[in-house]
Amino acid sequence: MSDTDFEPKIVAFLCNWCTYTGADLAGTSRIQYPPNVRIIRLMCSGSVDPTYVLKALLDGADGVLIGGCHPGDCHYQSGNYKARRRVIALKEILKQAGMEEDRVWLRWISASEGQRFAETVAKMTEFLKEKGPSPMRQKWAV
Amino acid sequence: MIESAMPNRQPAIEEGDMGSRPRIGVYICHCGANIASTVDVEAVVEFAKTLPGVVVARHYTYMCSEPGQALIKEDGAKLSLDRVVVASCSPRMHEPTFRAASQEGGVNPYQFEMANIREQCSWVHHDPDEATAKAKILVAAAVAKAYRLEPLEDREVGVTPGAVVIGGGVAGMVAALDVADAGFPAYIVEKSDRLGGRVADLNRTFPDLEPVAEWLPGLVERIQSHPNITVFLNAQVAQVEGYVGNFEVTVVENGGGEEQGSKLQVGAIIVATGYKVFDPQRKPEFGYGVYPQVITTLEMERRLAEGDLSVNGKTPEHVVFIKCVGSRDKQLGNPYCSRVCCMISAKQAQLVRQALPDARVTVFYMDVRAFGKRGEEFYDEARRAGVRYRRGNVSEVYRRGDRVVVRVEDTFLQRTLEVEADLVVLAVGMEARDDADEVAALLKLPRSADGFFLEAHPKLRPVDTAMDGVFLAGCCQAPKDIPDTVAQARAAAASALIPLLRGTVPVISETAEVDPELCAGCGMCVEVCPFGAPALDPLWGVSRVNAVLCKGCGACAVTCPSKAIQVRHFRPDQILAQVDVLAG
Repeated sequence: MSDTDFEPKIVAFLCNWCTYTGADLAGTSRIQYPPNVRIIRLMCSGSVDPTYVLKALLDGADGVLIGGCHPGDCHYQSGNYKARRRVIALKEILKQAGMEEDRVWLRWISASEGQRFAETVAKMTEFLKEKGPSPMRQKWAV
Repeated sequence: MIESAMPNRQPAIEEGDMGSRPRIGVYICHCGANIASTVDVEAVVEFAKTLPGVVVARHYTYMCSEPGQALIKEDGAKLSLDRVVVASCSPRMHEPTFRAASQEGGVNPYQFEMANIREQCSWVHHDPDEATAKAKILVAAAVAKAYRLEPLEDREVGVTPGAVVIGGGVAGMVAALDVADAGFPAYIVEKSDRLGGRVADLNRTFPDLEPVAEWLPGLVERIQSHPNITVFLNAQVAQVEGYVGNFEVTVVENGGGEEQGSKLQVGAIIVATGYKVFDPQRKPEFGYGVYPQVITTLEMERRLAEGDLSVNGKTPEHVVFIKCVGSRDKQLGNPYCSRVCCMISAKQAQLVRQALPDARVTVFYMDVRAFGKRGEEFYDEARRAGVRYRRGNVSEVYRRGDRVVVRVEDTFLQRTLEVEADLVVLAVGMEARDDADEVAALLKLPRSADGFFLEAHPKLRPVDTAMDGVFLAGCCQAPKDIPDTVAQARAAAASALIPLLRGTVPVISETAEVDPELCAGCGMCVEVCPFGAPALDPLWGVSRVNAVLCKGCGACAVTCPSKAIQVRHFRPDQILAQVDVLAG
């Protein structure tokens, strides 16, 4: 598949209070970004179970974006720190299993950072286009 | 108990079992041209009709309008819908609207899901084909989640009447009085041995030069004689448990252990802990504590009350005021204005002019901020009374014989000058108290960069905090004068009275619950929860969630090794169903 016609699929798990609202702001500000991202709203980035990320990758996502509040800003005090620890562990596991850990991005994007959200999606889409389709789905297909 | 009142069951999804198969209504909103000009809404409707469980799919110009909502209500009743999906704007915008419409159509409001095809699709993607394709997949994910949503109930809990007020200054007393006058018990917990706080140290107040002695003793007397008010002196709060509507506050005598403490059951807490006077020894260049000629505005209050302004037995010929001591000072980490030292200086300068008509009075200032009712007029009165205002930054105070010299940069003339003075008054500002750390930890209160307690919203929720049921009054929130303190205290009391008068408080329904069959009692959920919601049942050895404490963040659900604890409305099968659609 050539770079030009490959459109990566990005599943995004966004916390309700910061990044989901930031994505809404990108919308109300009419900031254009690639349509490759599909958003799941969760209450907190700390509730993103690593199995959700794995499932997304195995189901065919080319990348997974986890968006949470900036450190210190969590609506639930410390959920984003929990997310950070889990993502570090998850990436380690992906590496050990020979999977591409750089397909999983964790980003802090606040409710006022619509621009940053749009830029993040654009960057990630670009990154994944260059990287090519995720091999994980094929590898694990039984 | 609330926990057991909630049905602990997974939604049964049996393909082919038409009796229990969900009946979903899907509604695609045009939002005028906002969605429909980019997304082919008719194509999305046709696509939605093919999704599992969908019995009706429609599109309409404005789903949030009366006729739009009527579609949901009518379909709900006619087609016996049990789930509703609206694809329109952000759920942060209209989820409550459509939940209410669903409920009127006989659908449980929690079996409703929204697809955000405006903010996250039509407004950010120009290409109609791409936008339509994305809208379809977002609708499919919402339908997949709705398919698995279970019914929940709106919940509320009863409220223990009464309030604890931490701090017995003017803010605390006024707040307690309003709570007590409304017929509820109010408990004042005061760390010192008397009521009155800092205001008791004042002589007369701006802008009317009214003696504090004319109103403060009366206020204290009303507190002491009020049948609904209990005062704990030499006491502090040692522990706070519970949540809005039902707090247990442990009050101990200073230095006493928690075991001997009184346990107070109340529905609300008002924090009125006040401030710390800035210690001018942190500005050693002013010579406070070194030269007897240098005093603070608070010491000046006492001297004015006693009518003794002499220094070393001599009547002063020149009295200098230095404003903004400890305020608007980035080097000290206090960039904020004290909001009172302009007016205190104007007041004391006037009183010195009255007491010593032959003495010169000079005020050195950065700016004069005479805001508020009668503020500017009062400042004018000070100047008319002969107080000399001179714009300048004081760099140093040093001794010359039995006088002191104030060295100052005149910021208008751009040159340094030195004036001799017999008495120098430092207009000291306010800081967050040293024990603000402890109070913040007890009540889980966030603080702003200046160290004062942080209000929930600077404009619309100025006395609320991040903790439901905990309110702020007075200078613990930010420096302020007495009228503002009293206004805020009465606002805090009014806000605290809302749950007390209602008798119930609403709590979210999307809380965690434990399947005792799966729970191994490892306690990891207990450890990970910042709100203390789960606890191990000592009898059964399994975790149980206090649904009133649970905020639904889901940290426990991720941590649980056996997935025994799950958050309603965000269960793994519900989220994985979305993942399935969006990644596939």
